[in-house]
Amino acid sequence: MTFWEELEAFLTAPDTWSGPDSIPTRLWEHVWISVVAVLVASILVLPLAVWLGHIRRGSGVASTVVNIGRALPSFGILAISFLVLVQMGAGVGEPWAVLVALIALAAPPLFTNTVTGIQSVEAWTVEAARGMGLTGKEVLSSVEIPLSTPLIVEGLRIATVQVIATATLGALVAWGGLGRYIVDGFARQDMGRLIVGAVLVGLLAIVAELGLGALQRGSAPKGARRGDVGNPAQRSTV
Amino acid sequence: MTLVGQAAPLIDWEWIGRNMDQIVERTWEHLGLTAVSVLLGLVISVGLAIIALRWRWTYAPITWVTGLLYTIPSLALFALLVPIVGLNATNAVIALTSYTLLIIIRNLVAGIDGVPASVTEAADGMGYTPQARFWRMEVPLALPAIIAGLRIATVTTVGLVTVTAVLGLGGYGFFILRGLNTFFWTQILVGVVLSVVLATLLDVGFVWLERVLSPWARGRQ
Repeated sequence: MTFWEELEAFLTAPDTWSGPDSIPTRLWEHVWISVVAVLVASILVLPLAVWLGHIRRGSGVASTVVNIGRALPSFGILAISFLVLVQMGAGVGEPWAVLVALIALAAPPLFTNTVTGIQSVEAWTVEAARGMGLTGKEVLSSVEIPLSTPLIVEGLRIATVQVIATATLGALVAWGGLGRYIVDGFARQDMGRLIVGAVLVGLLAIVAELGLGALQRGSAPKGARRGDVGNPAQRSTV
Repeated sequence: MTLVGQAAPLIDWEWIGRNMDQIVERTWEHLGLTAVSVLLGLVISVGLAIIALRWRWTYAPITWVTGLLYTIPSLALFALLVPIVGLNATNAVIALTSYTLLIIIRNLVAGIDGVPASVTEAADGMGYTPQARFWRMEVPLALPAIIAGLRIATVTTVGLVTVTAVLGLGGYGFFILRGLNTFFWTQILVGVVLSVVLATLLDVGFVWLERVLSPWARGRQ
């Protein structure tokens, strides 16, 4: 079969559109695990990061976290997470190992961007707010957090795109998601399956990157809009 | 290989001893793919950075396109290249090289832009041609930024090469993949740990290279 015939065969097969290995199911698996991972990581990391930023500590920890995160391959983190969870009794094919790895990968950019974001609020801005009679809590909620929102959202964007990319590798540890099509496409030499999976994963990552990039631009408080947005290189690619 | 290897020890040192030859071979594969991709990435990035510095309006589209490439997950990019170049090392090198571009270009341009105007004016005053000024003043002074870019690109590439095992290309990813398929933990750990060690060693190598290449900056710290 030529490439186009394989593509047509895959796209016209009933299993492609309904059932456990269909595009809607795989897309849904990919999206829910990514969203849950980013949400759980945010809940775990943001309170600590906001507090550390507020008391102007933790920037050393932030840069160490970035450096370690870069040297550890995402595929390696996923494999180790699989190893540990299976040892602890998780079943093969269950999403737990992937979820744990994705949470671990989402946490560093969220932490680093939030700590540095809140610390980047100028000291004289904070002093002015205090001079106006704001308490520490009020300074945090109405000055520091609003001013650093673009950087916090950037952390969210970096984390989300990295999580979507790594979720693709979940198929290598017996889980589903859109990566399933790519891994199965390679294994069965099925070009149609392979390319459809790759295009969907690529689109999902680009939509997240551009969508959260737009949110980032719109998230600065009025009067504090800076032109500087978006450097995908702050995230490590997967 | 029984069900999930609860009984098996986490690290089988004997296996490592028996497979030293293969570990060395995989190291060369991993190093080779990393080196070719980063060097190719550097060459292309220098070209694109020169274009971006010469014609400023090209910088935004160049970073936009390389940024988009950077966003595509590696497994997807390898797959997308299969109908074009097939399942081989060329495929991996194209994908890995394209990931280094954004990082290296940004650091090249930022490094050259960071050279103070007083220095370039002094060079002009000393009668340097624009070419001589670029290669003999601006590039050496931008060296820390350029090497910082190469460090990030290299460490990132070492991690990504682990995924090329899916293409059947070897490297440390071969151990991780094989270990996952057979539930042999030693192989997984060997693959992950060696990948981190290689990334760290190359990173340290660049710090050393920077010191060698910029003798004038020594003793300043």
